[in-house]
Amino acid sequence: MMSETKEKIAASAAETMPLETMTGAQMVIRALKDQGVSHIFGYPGGAVLPIYDALFEAEGIEHVLVRHEQGAAHAAEGYARSTGKPGVLLVTSGPGATNAVTGLTDALMDSIPIVMLSGQVPTHLIGTDAFQECDTVGITRPCTKNNWLVKHVNDLSRTIHEAFEIATTGRPGPVVVDIPKDIQFQSGSYVGPRGLHHRTYRPRTDPDAAAITQAVAMMAVAKRPVFYTGGGIINSGPQASQLLRELVDLTGFPVTSTLMGLGAFPASRPEWLGMLGMHGTWEANHAMHDCDLMICLGARFDDRVTGRIAAFSPGSKKIHLDIDPSQINKVVRTDLGIIADAGKAIAAMIAAWKSGGHTKPDISGWWDQINRWRGRKSLAFKHSDTLIKPQYAIDRLYQLTRGRDVYVTTEVGQHQMWAAQRFHFEQPNRWMTSGGLGTMGYGLPAAVGVQVAHPDALVIDIAGEASVQMTMQEMSTAMQYELPIKIFILNNEYMGMVRQWQELLHGGRYSHSYSEALPDFVKMAEAFGCLGLRAEKPAELDASILEMINTRRPVLFDCRVDPMENIFPMIPSGAAHNEMILGDLGEAEVSAAGKTMV
Amino acid sequence: MLYEKDTGTTVRESHTITVLVDNEAGVLARVIGLFSGRGYNIESLTVAEVDPAAHTSRITIVTSGTPQVIEQIEAQLARLVPVHKVNNWTSQEGGIEREMALVKVAGSGDAPMKALRLADTFRARTVDTTQSSFVFEITGAPAKINAFIEELRPLGLIDVSRTGVAAMSRGPEAM
Repeated sequence: MMSETKEKIAASAAETMPLETMTGAQMVIRALKDQGVSHIFGYPGGAVLPIYDALFEAEGIEHVLVRHEQGAAHAAEGYARSTGKPGVLLVTSGPGATNAVTGLTDALMDSIPIVMLSGQVPTHLIGTDAFQECDTVGITRPCTKNNWLVKHVNDLSRTIHEAFEIATTGRPGPVVVDIPKDIQFQSGSYVGPRGLHHRTYRPRTDPDAAAITQAVAMMAVAKRPVFYTGGGIINSGPQASQLLRELVDLTGFPVTSTLMGLGAFPASRPEWLGMLGMHGTWEANHAMHDCDLMICLGARFDDRVTGRIAAFSPGSKKIHLDIDPSQINKVVRTDLGIIADAGKAIAAMIAAWKSGGHTKPDISGWWDQINRWRGRKSLAFKHSDTLIKPQYAIDRLYQLTRGRDVYVTTEVGQHQMWAAQRFHFEQPNRWMTSGGLGTMGYGLPAAVGVQVAHPDALVIDIAGEASVQMTMQEMSTAMQYELPIKIFILNNEYMGMVRQWQELLHGGRYSHSYSEALPDFVKMAEAFGCLGLRAEKPAELDASILEMINTRRPVLFDCRVDPMENIFPMIPSGAAHNEMILGDLGEAEVSAAGKTMV
Repeated sequence: MLYEKDTGTTVRESHTITVLVDNEAGVLARVIGLFSGRGYNIESLTVAEVDPAAHTSRITIVTSGTPQVIEQIEAQLARLVPVHKVNNWTSQEGGIEREMALVKVAGSGDAPMKALRLADTFRARTVDTTQSSFVFEITGAPAKINAFIEELRPLGLIDVSRTGVAAMSRGPEAM
């Protein structure tokens, strides 16, 4: 392969499809169509006008005009996460590209396939500090899986197809194709997506048979096993979630999941332990700590999951399945690494389990222990008749939306964790949240993207009043495209997670975490043309939630909740899984080393 | 570091790693950015196109870290899209590592002549001579060059330029 030149590759592709001559801008539209793209999220500007001109006449591609390029990136993420297809955004040079950087980084951290096409100043102006020039490929290099500056029109179509290939295969992620304005105007030869052969990119998806055999042998003799599943199962496609159910049927092992993996395993199943990690359940974290075999499927031992590494699940053997070889042994030494697509590896485990003649092992003693942990009811809270507890609000939202086709996005903070703990999922692709980067402002534009992909579904952004103000302008997008998203704000007037950490770690000194001047969200909704609702007492909550979900237009719901409620359980910084706390914690209980951690 | 890592051992080792890449725009920045972004160390770096017909360049990096960090560096390099191959010469038998340096000494008295005799001992070539200075060219393993430079330090050493390490396997196999 190494001796093959790019010219030869282009020539071999040309043999399979006759070359057509068109402008660079037309190539962009044609390439998107050939990639099966039906929706793009974007914002026009000087350096991208030729593409917008070609889009003006294009049929079959619907463009959603956002109000800020960060919104385009998060909308593309929501679209991608809820469909399994890549999300596409189109932005102009300079600020158009820099505004999208948060979304690109978010997609990189959470392995979401998005393709950003950006305009660039004409090639002869690159490097002259031209108007709205920035080094887009330089700025986005560390926050993309790969990126390209297209300098010749005949490279354009091939580069776009390559970008889609790289975004959607292997470990998915964001890519950027930066297209100078003169390239958009020039005419050249269009190459279709078929017959492209990448010189270096070879993601490995098939598991090593010996590793699968070894994994199944370890599973067959485990006494205290646990499946620790993650977003890799969701990225593998819905069949991977089905296969996980089958593997659990065969083994009877308990299942916990990361924030990103919620929905891969049905929350209604008896094997489900709930989410693990910093705000995971008592039973999930204790099972992780005390297990003798941890089977990690498509997760990456994030610091929110592990707590203190030195005390992380000290007595267990660890199997780690990941499609990205660099994740194996990155933070936790594993006993067996399997590099493969999650679905393929789980299918191979099922086949090996069956062919090995294994039956469901007797782990009843382990289940007895797990049920004792469950008995602690770690998600319980004290109800109030006067104040809406945020947990109660999520519980009512969950109950009142049963039987509907529900997709949930979130912002970042306490509300996100309450939603993760209490809003249960039976299927993958229903839960869109910013896990790795923790991007406040993700949820509203992500909901826009989800609703574009699923026009008849009930799409709810479970939000906080602080996060939602970061991308509030996208309510206008929702109105323009009649996207009936529901923004359910748990309004506690604080940056709740910041306030909680200040309470627990900084002596209750609430430095700049209280919002002195909040907008009237009901009036704000009305200003956008949306429906604004407010609930202040538990007794009025149900009726307002029902009004929200029965309204076929965007709704902003100001749910006034107890401002001082904390999210528990919590593994304090620098603590182990079995040191989680359920109630109020004195500052002295957090070590000095723990306080330095984020 | 905010979070401690389960490194097993904290002993830092120096490793020479070669990366064969497509010679496309920005590829060096991608590799270097990986090192700076993830907090890895670069002790030396050598890069040049090695096959113009195939558009491939070879980047050789001397880095240091615990065994776990070295393993991560190799894995992170391998996942970069334009990377063909990653080779660690230190963790396998029979790697050849060579570096070239230009070294200048200047001064009066008998120091320059001592430097000249030392250069002969180290089989360095003299590539420039004036009344009061010499420039030597020395090729060899990095340790030999380090030793040469240290010997010259009291003899009027005023300038050093090193190429960084180039590496290759012994025997009939290519990288």
